[in-house]
Amino acid sequence: MNLRRITALLLRYLLLYRQSWTRIMEIFFWPVMDLLVWGFLTSYLLQVGSSQVPALITFLIGSMIFWDLLYRAQQSVTISFLEDVWARNLLNIFVAPVTIGEFLTATFALGIIKVLVNGLVLALLAWALYAFNIFQLGFTLIPFVLSLMLMGWAMGMVTVALIMRWGHAAEALAWGIPFLVQPLSAVFYPVSVLPVWLHPIAWALPSTYVFEGMRQVLATGQAPWRMFWWSLGLNLVYLIASGVFFRHIFGIVRQKGLLAKLGME
Amino acid sequence: MVIEVHDLVKTFNGTTAVDRLSFTAGRGEILGLLGPNGAGKTTAIQMLLGIIEPTAGSIHVFGKNIATHRQDILQRLNFSSAYVSLPQNLRVMDNLRVFAGIYGVANWREKSMELLRLFEIDGLAARKTGQLSSGESTRLHLCKALLNDPELLLLDEPTASLDPDIADKVRKLLRRIQRERGITVLYTSHNMREIEEICDRVIFLHHGRKMAEGPPRDVIAKFNQQSLEQVFIRIVRDGELQSSEQKPAQ
Ligand SMILES: Nc1ncnc2c1ncn2[C@@H]1O[C@H](COP(=O)(O)OP(=O)(O)OP(=O)(O)O)[C@@H](O)[C@H]1O
Ligand SMILES: [Mg+2]
Repeated sequence: MNLRRITALLLRYLLLYRQSWTRIMEIFFWPVMDLLVWGFLTSYLLQVGSSQVPALITFLIGSMIFWDLLYRAQQSVTISFLEDVWARNLLNIFVAPVTIGEFLTATFALGIIKVLVNGLVLALLAWALYAFNIFQLGFTLIPFVLSLMLMGWAMGMVTVALIMRWGHAAEALAWGIPFLVQPLSAVFYPVSVLPVWLHPIAWALPSTYVFEGMRQVLATGQAPWRMFWWSLGLNLVYLIASGVFFRHIFGIVRQKGLLAKLGME
Repeated sequence: MVIEVHDLVKTFNGTTAVDRLSFTAGRGEILGLLGPNGAGKTTAIQMLLGIIEPTAGSIHVFGKNIATHRQDILQRLNFSSAYVSLPQNLRVMDNLRVFAGIYGVANWREKSMELLRLFEIDGLAARKTGQLSSGESTRLHLCKALLNDPELLLLDEPTASLDPDIADKVRKLLRRIQRERGITVLYTSHNMREIEEICDRVIFLHHGRKMAEGPPRDVIAKFNQQSLEQVFIRIVRDGELQSSEQKPAQ
């Protein structure tokens, strides 16, 4: 791992944002739209008048923000990679002395930056529009956010590996993969809602612990640290597994000579 | 030797792209890799870059095995080709800055400007890369390829989109750089006149196999032809000619 190369790769992504307003818009567009829809929906529910509504509002908005963080973390890895594919720049990077680890670390770092900026904007908006103050809860939520990012990176690595191996056909996965885990990781509802036979699968996903944990923090102000440690532990397992999977696929890609063909189908 | 390739083979599910290819390239040599479409030139170059894994055989660059010393080797060489480009949304200077960072080039600004001037595109430094004409971006890409003062340049059809005047200038530049710095260049092109002009030695590939090797003049003489172009056509048309008959110079 060479910090200079990682910085140079990161710089390349940041310069892209400096040069392009549409890209900057793209960071904020979906989170803001989500927040508006969910926020106003819950406001509407509040008007209609259900007894559980105040808690529901907080849960939904919290879930929405957290879901978006997970999605952004995965996207930062995959979109960075796709940017290089689309620009026909991938080969330039892989014929330079850049290791896979350095390449991925740069995309992770970009993810952290995007999530920080995004989280801040969403938190401000949620506060301005719905008087939802995420910081009121102290910084108890931050470890959960970090754990969520790790999961986003693991998913991002798997997605990139699939795109390298199957090219355009797999590009749709870049957008879709996070949604594969959404129904099972108790994003908008507790695990108890799921049929019993799905529970083991749900509890095998790090994100489940984060979303359940987040709701507990919101409901009680207390962080369920056991949940956090479980999510962190599982995430480390998933990260290592994704890394191994990535390496394996990269080997196949070199065997089949696919790196130079990417983006040219 | 800068490049030592020994019995290199690459098969892609059944089709043989490179077939028991052996060759060497010395310091300061410009070596042309010729052959018809699908002859295996690009595959060979990408194996030298370590982005395609050989089926068999060995590759040593700077005396090191690419399979085990890929990082060290890549730091000391560079690559340019018509089929890669630099991010279109970045300014010319920013692209060079990023790659200078990746290769660890000190004083990237001066280095980049010097190279841009060398290729007569210093006026475009502040432009977005996507706005360059294809010839201008080819030259920018050559600037990228020279950023790290490579000892070896792998150029896969680098002049494909250059107009005759610029192509001529680029060839002369490459010649000059090679003379002044002793760079080794591996060069592919379909322009036989260009190859004759620039290459010290050529290797003809056909169906992945080496059909002839030597200085352009010797190869032309050996085939009793007037030009490399005629040799090329002859080799392709008599594709079945046994390579053993020709006793390629080694
Ligand atoms: N990734 C790949 N998978 C399968 N076959 C491949 C792959 N890459 C190249 N080939 C095949 O290997 C052979 C050599 O291709 P290569 O690209 O090396 O030729 P080339 O000499 O560079 O040709 P050109 O002059 O057209 O660029 C061709 O038959 C090609 O179809
Ligand atoms: Mg080729």
